[in-house]
Amino acid sequence: MKKKGFYWASITEKTVLAIAGLFLILFLLVHLGINLFLLPIAENHQEIFKEAAHFMGTNPVVKVFEVILMAAFIIHIVMGIVVQVQNWKARGKRYAVYGKSYSSFGSRFMIHTGIAIFLFLILHFINFYFIRLGITEPIAGADVTAPAEEHFNELAIYLFSNEVLYSVLYIVAFGFLAVHLNHAFQSAFQTLGLNHPKYTPTIKKIGTIYAIVVSVGFTIIPLYYLITG
Amino acid sequence: MNFTLKIWRQDGPKDKGRFEKYKVSDISADASFLEMLDILNEQLVDKFQTPVEFDHDCREGICGTCSLYINGRPHGPDEAVTACQLHMRHFKDGETITVEPWRATAFPVIKDLMVDRSAFDKIIQAGGYVSVNTGSAPDANSIPVTKKDADLAFEGAACIGCGACVAACKNASASLFVAAKISQMALLPQGKVEAKERAEAMIAKMDELGFGNCSNTYACEAECPKEISVSHIARMNREFLNAKKDSEK
Ligand code: HEM
Ligand code: FES
Repeated sequence: MKKKGFYWASITEKTVLAIAGLFLILFLLVHLGINLFLLPIAENHQEIFKEAAHFMGTNPVVKVFEVILMAAFIIHIVMGIVVQVQNWKARGKRYAVYGKSYSSFGSRFMIHTGIAIFLFLILHFINFYFIRLGITEPIAGADVTAPAEEHFNELAIYLFSNEVLYSVLYIVAFGFLAVHLNHAFQSAFQTLGLNHPKYTPTIKKIGTIYAIVVSVGFTIIPLYYLITG
Repeated sequence: MNFTLKIWRQDGPKDKGRFEKYKVSDISADASFLEMLDILNEQLVDKFQTPVEFDHDCREGICGTCSLYINGRPHGPDEAVTACQLHMRHFKDGETITVEPWRATAFPVIKDLMVDRSAFDKIIQAGGYVSVNTGSAPDANSIPVTKKDADLAFEGAACIGCGACVAACKNASASLFVAAKISQMALLPQGKVEAKERAEAMIAKMDELGFGNCSNTYACEAECPKEISVSHIARMNREFLNAKKDSEK
């Protein structure tokens, strides 16, 4: 087979997208695990959160993972857009009566939920991650002792207790995330060729459970402080 | 039964095309969709108008030639049948039925409801064959094949190449077609030898011809008149990734 110029097979693109996506899926669990300590689930929950955040911010091994994580985000987003543009081009002229064939809800809106997550990520980075990088300042009104990156717990609790708009935006974003993840989880397995008559139904169920746990888990935090605020 | 038909008319590949409305009446509930179109065409000929062009051949669901996108679904509302095997009893009396050609960049419209599906032939020519003569049925029968593999290969071989998978897919992806053809040979001893080159070549051709990627929405499986499973797409992906692993010589 002749190879002309730079060519990535459709399946290569999807494989890269899926592997990056699975890495993000793993990361979300770690992120959620730490964030739940923002809630009063233990007497010293704030200290535990701080310690975990400190570890994540300073440990050299985690630093390496941080670079991989950022790469995974960029690769996933770029590949997601590349794949989507190819898909739109492949249809050409659209149908007058469009898409009555059965297909799952989430699968039809991956680019839309993806873009919603991306917009949320920008906001989220401005709120937190960029502070650690020294690019942004804590939101006006938040009385957080410097250095702010050592006090993300107070910052988060301030944000969700006092800024209704932010709480609502975060909660809406987790809704989009749930829809994205519900399709994404099993889709990644299928893309990697991992389909089996016995295990695929279980993978689909785990994907749905994962999507619910992650989105509900993250939602509880702003919701709790919005209500108790 | 009476119907209003909203049919895509396009004089040729370059024409912009438009929908036109027609009325047909006294159609038997047992008429097939194509027979109903035949009746419409007779009416049009009687009025010295150009009949509606549409593809058909066997009219018994085995050749894969008929290709109509009816009310938003390839081959219409019934499950696991081609348009030639679809009967008018699946519609409501008086209903307006919209009929469109398959829509895909890789399947350009030739005229009205007829599209050029030679892209599928090109994919087959890229590798959908066994390069040597493997003999006839008695020779094949002398090679043991497990029942499971034989059944799976047969499921792939049941593909009639109609293109409903491409038509149904929101990405106009040919994955189910290509996967069925790759599976059908990769699972059998005669085809296994060239499985890797075949997977790479057919997938490269499918990409080159402008079919979309697989988003795993599974609309193809839902619409395939032969009910071919998307598990073949996973097998295709495995074959492809295996081929990639080995081709770095
Ligand atoms: C934490 C956030 C995210 C996670 C965990 C995630 C995870 C995944 C996974 C696992 C897949 C399935 C891959 C496959 O089909 O094989 C996927 C698909 C997809 N993702 Fe994401 N994703 C995230 C954010 C995003 C963002 C920000 C975008 C931005 C555009 C995006 C766009 C897409 C698209 C377009 C697809 C579908 C590709 C297709 O149709 O085949 N995702 N995602
Ligand atoms: S005409 Fe042969 S399958 Fe419909």
